[in-house]
Amino acid sequence: MSPPATIHLPFSNWRTKETADRLLKAIEAETRNLPTPLKLMEVCGTHTMTLHRSGLKPRLRQVGIDMISGPGCPVCITPDYYHEAIIDLLVGRGDILVCTFGDMTRVPTRKGSLQTVVPAPGSRLKIVYSPEEAVAEAHNQPEKQVIFFGAGFETTIPGITFTVKKAAEEKLKNYCLLTAFWLIPPALKAIIEGGELAINGFIYPGHVSAIIGEKPYALVAETYHLPGAIAGFEPADILLGILSVVKQIRSGQPLVANEYRRVVKPEGNVEAQAIMERYLIKTAADWRGLGPIPDSGLKLRPEYSSFDAVRRFSLKLGSGSSARKTACRCGEVLKGLIAPTDCPLFGRQCRPDSPQGPCMVSYEGACLIEYKFSGVKSYD
Amino acid sequence: MCLAIPGKVISLNDNGTGQVDYLGSQVLANFSLLPDIKVGDWVIVHAGFAISRLDQKEARRTLKLFQELEKQS
Ligand code: SF4
Repeated sequence: MSPPATIHLPFSNWRTKETADRLLKAIEAETRNLPTPLKLMEVCGTHTMTLHRSGLKPRLRQVGIDMISGPGCPVCITPDYYHEAIIDLLVGRGDILVCTFGDMTRVPTRKGSLQTVVPAPGSRLKIVYSPEEAVAEAHNQPEKQVIFFGAGFETTIPGITFTVKKAAEEKLKNYCLLTAFWLIPPALKAIIEGGELAINGFIYPGHVSAIIGEKPYALVAETYHLPGAIAGFEPADILLGILSVVKQIRSGQPLVANEYRRVVKPEGNVEAQAIMERYLIKTAADWRGLGPIPDSGLKLRPEYSSFDAVRRFSLKLGSGSSARKTACRCGEVLKGLIAPTDCPLFGRQCRPDSPQGPCMVSYEGACLIEYKFSGVKSYD
Repeated sequence: MCLAIPGKVISLNDNGTGQVDYLGSQVLANFSLLPDIKVGDWVIVHAGFAISRLDQKEARRTLKLFQELEKQS
């Protein structure tokens, strides 16, 4: 995923070390006059990745900034019982085709993972890059029940939802969604109100913001008086966001700064919002680690419930399922309460080739990112 | 899953899809969420769907800000 150094874009020098150095200096000029360390939460897993890959984390610590990973990994926060319901269908029926994103297939549950389970003859699992591939499968295989199992935030939700529009237009009777749709602003509210962690400010996710715009974060600044900045994914982008947040802390005037204007319009992507509004309705959702949060999820509106896998297959999500007995501390990692290295399994039993929790599975998972970029190979 | 870098739109089909170029490698993207897209635009693509068009004026503005920071230090 990392692009070559000779990238010919009109903003190519955002990758340079000099720009990062200048920004770090500017941040230090602000933090010098503040009680440090300041705890800032980067909500998005892709930000976590940039911070580790670019080596910025320790350098930020030197200038008084402690970056804490948040819940920004949809695979990580989806409870096991979603996977277990899909596994039951694959094993129990002979006409199922489950399409999903790659990292969803490796999440370990009490019933194994989607990848390890042996489907009944006639059923199978397919990894897709785009949810549109799932609709194409439904079109080409009318004898199969095709389920798209997708976990996602606001960035991914509109595209997945678009497939329902398409399936309805094509009058497909064999296509449905198992939605694990999560909304970021209510999760931020829950983290702040939970009060377990004193956070001084937020770096808001760039591509979630490309969809929802600036306004949904206003509550963080207005109600909780916490600063925040929307940031892009280059190292300099994140530093620019951090600089804005520390300036807000110094001035005592929290706001929703947009430091990723080249991609994030103040109003977001109106077309995407319209698709979500038309097909989906807010619902309470149960986040791994954070627990149930009111209005923090989306599900298909009753008019479209024929495309809802929960209804079509009478799935009982969550009921009667008890979580795996494991020492995995993903829940605390997702809340920012502990670093992955604080988990006793990190780098020992839990490694990318033997993940004990979803945070070691997903590319956006804090444990996998920490493992990949901290130079830790093994503690053995 | 979150492809952080923009790609360039090099062709558009009638059905709302098109090709996006990433420094030589191309992917098919759906443009239904960006209805007024044109060939030559830079876009952010996420899980097969283009979600945002890059505003080059804003990109240049941030670049200028970095140059000013340089002068200060
Ligand atoms: S290191 Fe592994 S076991 Fe520990 S919290 Fe992360 S995913 Fe769970």
